[in-house]
Order: sequence, then C-alpha cells, then structure tokens
Amino acid sequence: MRKFLLVLAVGMGLVMGCGKKSDDVKIGVYASLTGNTATFGESMRKGIELAFEEINAQGGLLGKKVRLIVEDDQSKPEEAKTAVVKLIKRDRVVAVLGEVASSRSLAGAPECQRSSVPMVTPASTNPKVTEIGDYIFRVCFIDPFQGEVMAKFAYQTLGLRRVAVFTDVKNDYSVGLANYFEKTFLELGGKIIGEESYSEGDIEFRAQLTTIKSQKPEAIFIPGYYTEVGLIARQARELGFQGPLLGGDGWDSPKTVEIGGSAVEGCFFSNHYASDDPASVVQDFIRSFKEKYGEVPDAMAVLGYDAARVLADAIHRASSFQGAKIREALAQTKGYEGVSGRVTIDQNRNARKAAVVLKIENGRVKFFKRVEP
Amino acid sequence: MQFLQQLINGISWGSIYALIALGYTMVYGVLRLINFAHGDIYMLGAMFGYYVAVFLGVAEHASGVRVLSVVLISMLGCGLIGVGIERFCYRPLRKAPRLAALMTAVGVSLLLENGGQLIFGADPKFFPPLIHTREIFRFHEIVLNNIQLMIFAVSLLLMFLLHWIVMKTRMGKAMRAVSFSHDAAGLVGIPVNRVISFTFFLGSLLAAAAGILVSLSNPKVEPLMGIMPGLKAFVAAVLGGIGNMMGAMIGGLIMGISEVLVSGYISSTYRDAFAFFILIFILLYKPSGLLGKTGPEKL
Repeated sequence: MRKFLLVLAVGMGLVMGCGKKSDDVKIGVYASLTGNTATFGESMRKGIELAFEEINAQGGLLGKKVRLIVEDDQSKPEEAKTAVVKLIKRDRVVAVLGEVASSRSLAGAPECQRSSVPMVTPASTNPKVTEIGDYIFRVCFIDPFQGEVMAKFAYQTLGLRRVAVFTDVKNDYSVGLANYFEKTFLELGGKIIGEESYSEGDIEFRAQLTTIKSQKPEAIFIPGYYTEVGLIARQARELGFQGPLLGGDGWDSPKTVEIGGSAVEGCFFSNHYASDDPASVVQDFIRSFKEKYGEVPDAMAVLGYDAARVLADAIHRASSFQGAKIREALAQTKGYEGVSGRVTIDQNRNARKAAVVLKIENGRVKFFKRVEP
Repeated sequence: MQFLQQLINGISWGSIYALIALGYTMVYGVLRLINFAHGDIYMLGAMFGYYVAVFLGVAEHASGVRVLSVVLISMLGCGLIGVGIERFCYRPLRKAPRLAALMTAVGVSLLLENGGQLIFGADPKFFPPLIHTREIFRFHEIVLNNIQLMIFAVSLLLMFLLHWIVMKTRMGKAMRAVSFSHDAAGLVGIPVNRVISFTFFLGSLLAAAAGILVSLSNPKVEPLMGIMPGLKAFVAAVLGGIGNMMGAMIGGLIMGISEVLVSGYISSTYRDAFAFFILIFILLYKPSGLLGKTGPEKL
C-alpha cells in the first residue's frame, strides 16, 4: 500500500509538473523542411516565424509570448499525420499552421478536426482540405478558382483554343487543378487535346511529350510543382514544341527558372502575390523579410505570414485560447488586409481573394495581370 | 512518325538502364550478391559531377578538357567509394549467409540516400549543362539531339570496353575465375580480394558515368534520384539473365524502350507497374533470364 501511495504521489507530481502554468502559448507548425518540396516548407516557416516575431515584439497574444513548435514532415503525407499528432498530443498546441501541399494537409487535417484544434493552411488549394471539417481553414484561393483563372486567361487573354494538359497523377493538387482547368476551358468553347500524366519525382518526360506534340496543341497546361516543371519545359522544347506553357502556383520557386532556363521564357502561371506589386503592405513585408533572411519572399512565405497573422487576429478577437472560440473567430474573418490580398473567410472556410498571373521574361518573374474572384 | 521518335527516346533512356544494370550483373557474377546500393552510386556520380563542375566553374560551352575532367573525377570518386563499400560493408560478411550480405546492401543503400539528404540537402539541384543541346537530325516530326546520341554512343563504348576488359585482359580472366569459384581461384594464386575490389571499382565507374549522362539530358540531381533507376536496372539485369553482361545490355534497352512505349501510348501510370510485371513474368517463366545459363544452383 505504501508503495502504491508513493507511486501515486510521484505520478501526481509529474502530472502537476506538466500542468504548470507558463507564460507562453504554443502554436504548432508542420512543414516540408526536407524532401521533395523542401523550399515550400522552408519559405512557409520563414513567413510564419517573421509574423510571430513581430507579434511577440508587440507584446504577444493576449499578454502571452507565442512559442512556435515546428515539425518536419519530410514532404510525405504519412509523416505529416504523425507530425500533427505529435503537435496536438505531446506539445498541446492551441492551433496548427500548415501544410503547403494539399496531399499533406489532407493527411494532417483529420487529426486537428478530431481533437478540435483549429488548423489554418497557408497554401493548400485543393477544395477537399477544408471539407474535412469546421476546424480547418485556409488563407489562399482554391483550385477551382485557380483553374478557372488560367482557363479564362488562356482562352480570353492569350486567345488559345487547343490546349493539352499534362498532370502529375500522384498529386491531389495537380489532378484537381487540371480538372477545373479542363472544365472551364471546355465551357468557354476551347478544346482539350491530349491529356497525359507523369508522377512526382520523374525526370524523363519525352515519351508523353512526344505524344502531346503529335496532337499539335497551341499550349500545354502543366499544373505541377517546380521540381518537375523545369525539366518538362526543357524536354518539350528539345522535342520542338514552341507554344507557351501554363501553370499554377506550384511553379513558384526560383528553381523553375534555374532548371528551365530559356525553356520557360514566355510562360505564364497563376499565383497568390507578385513581388513587384507596388502596394505598400506588400513592399513593407518584403523589406522586413529581406532584413531578416536576406532574400525576396516567394508566395509560400507570404501565405505563411498571412496565415499566422489571420490566426493571431482571430485569437485577439476571440480573447481566448480555446479551440472552439478561436474557430468561431476565424470563421468570422472579414476583409483582413493580408500581404497576398484582402482575406475574407466564406462559409466553406475558404478565403475569397484575387489571383495574379505572372509571366516569365528574361529569366525573371513579372506581374502580368490581376484577376478578381 | 511518332513511333520512331518514341523509339529514339526509349533507346537513349534504355542505355542508361543498361549501364547501371552492368554494375549489378558484374557484382552478382563475382560475389553472388545483389548490390542494392548500386543505384545510389549512380546518384553519387551525378552529385559528384555537379559539385566538381561547380567547383571548377564549368558552365555551358565549356572546353572539352574540362568536361572530361568533370566526368573522370566523379567516376574515379565513385569507383573509390564502391571499393570502400565492398571493403568495409561486404567483405566482413563474405563468409556469412547470403541473406546477411543482402540486408547489408539494403542498409548501405538507405545510408547513402538519407546521408545524401543530410549532406547534399534534399532539394533538387540544377546540373550545369556541360554540353549544349543541339539538334543534329530532324526529319519531319522526328528530332534527335546530340545528347541523346551521345548517351547511346558513350554507353555502347563503355560496354564494349568492359567486355574487352573481362574477356581479353589478365584481370578479366581473374574475374571470371573468381566468379567460377572463390576457393579454387585463391588456391591457384589469384588475389581474390583484389579482384573483387576491382569489380566493384569497375561497376561503380559505370554507374557514375550513367549518373552524369542522365544529368546532361535531365539536368536535375537530388539524393533520391537513384532509387527508381536502380530498381529498374535491377529488373533489366534479371531480365537479361543476371551475371550475363550482354544480357544486362539487352535487358536495359528492352526496359527503356518498353517504358517509353507504355507511357507514350498507354499511360505513365502503368509504366512502373509494367516494369515490375516484366520482373514477375521473367521470374515465373524464365528465372535465368533471356541470356542466362540454367545450371544447378551452387552454394
């Protein structure tokens, strides 16, 4: 009996030790810091860190300093799930930020929903992500919108009528974007000729591109990630395809131009923000980002920053760290002035905001057109 | 028309598989070991090529001497690593059951992949275009560029060089003897360890060459790039008859061409499935491979 009591006492001591009140509040981040899309995860982390550094400098959230707990998911969905479980169960974070890729957000989000921890994804554009439950939000536009923007842009602005689609079948984001692009483009009266596919990690695309080229499309829509786009562009040009290549925000990385070189000249892709946008909120952010990291932020950094800011804004309005209250406040976000545009959360917990179309010119990415929802 | 273009794509892609498959087959012939780390040596070849090229400042339109030095330095580097792997990982296990050595090979492969991510970083790197891509042949819709032709030519050259080494030189004779029986070869005074080291050296040289050739036409290198080509080349080696060099070459070309045809005419989704279907089919109906000899298994 004495032994039992001793064990009990030690156990209670441990529990109480853990339950000790601290002066900081924990927010979890899961990101692809290594693996295939490491630059996405790194950029997002930098944006989020910058946001909370500024918030902490201004006194933190509801009088508490924010402590970020960052978990790496190695660019793998199964690791993303583990990372989120760790954040919620071990670190007991009040809210979760992440992931960039839809396939990994889809793996992590159910865990947040189950534990009633609000999750804000900066950049997962696949509609299914927020359909998982009422605790899942995003601060970016969704694939239907992005697909629509590029289809309209191809049809109306570029005057294209025959377009081929080249999809990464292993990627929810890519498949979703391709579907919505095709749907809108067909509705407008265009023709989709040739649908081919590849898998993330491939380096040889000549077989599919040869088939696409034989159908003689005017352009190819490639809703893939920067890791493959550069090589696809090179091989398409080698095989003698001259038309423009179109893409989505997955292209947004210096690697696209570095690997693609002259092959991606004159190509277009849709994105969340343009670094040469003259708006002061954009330029201010770029300045402080450059001061901290010595580089120009890409869209993932911007969205990471906005996601963190929107979450902080919601916690302020909720004046509570309770999951349910933060959720309420997030759902009521209206017209928040983010760097990537004005964020309003709609009834499906998606952000309604504008997209920009960028053009690659002389090895630089330039703002081409803004498209409102 | 399109078919001819696909054939060109397939042959140039298959030459790469053939080069990697040769390494598998040589090591198997001499040691009866499937060296699963071989695909990662191919990755190391491409990585070394990248670092040497950056270090020497070799960029587009570089002089022939500098391009050649990039290729030779990285091949040599990989050759030495291959020898090191054999010396420290496989040699202590030579008398152990074959399964132990096989598991070690898988372990070495994982070590190189994850160690590579740690050291080189996981994000893809752009391999500098040492040789400018030029069209050398164009007929209607069919395009053949210098790099595709070079991949085929260099692969063929290396394969014949290897064939010559194994069939005509003293060392090659020793390799064949060791492949026949370690003990008997040792008894007649053949330095078995040195011969095995040499085999690993040659195999790794070829893998490194394949890595650089691939990087010239698909200029993206990353630490996990060796996994799939390694597996496919293994299938190619089995297809051709593992242990048989001519078989490895033919197997590689068949794999490359069939993959391209599957992704060009059916769907790229079935490409990998098809490759492994070939493996299963061969193992079921002709386990010795196309050119392999059927003989009693000796242990």
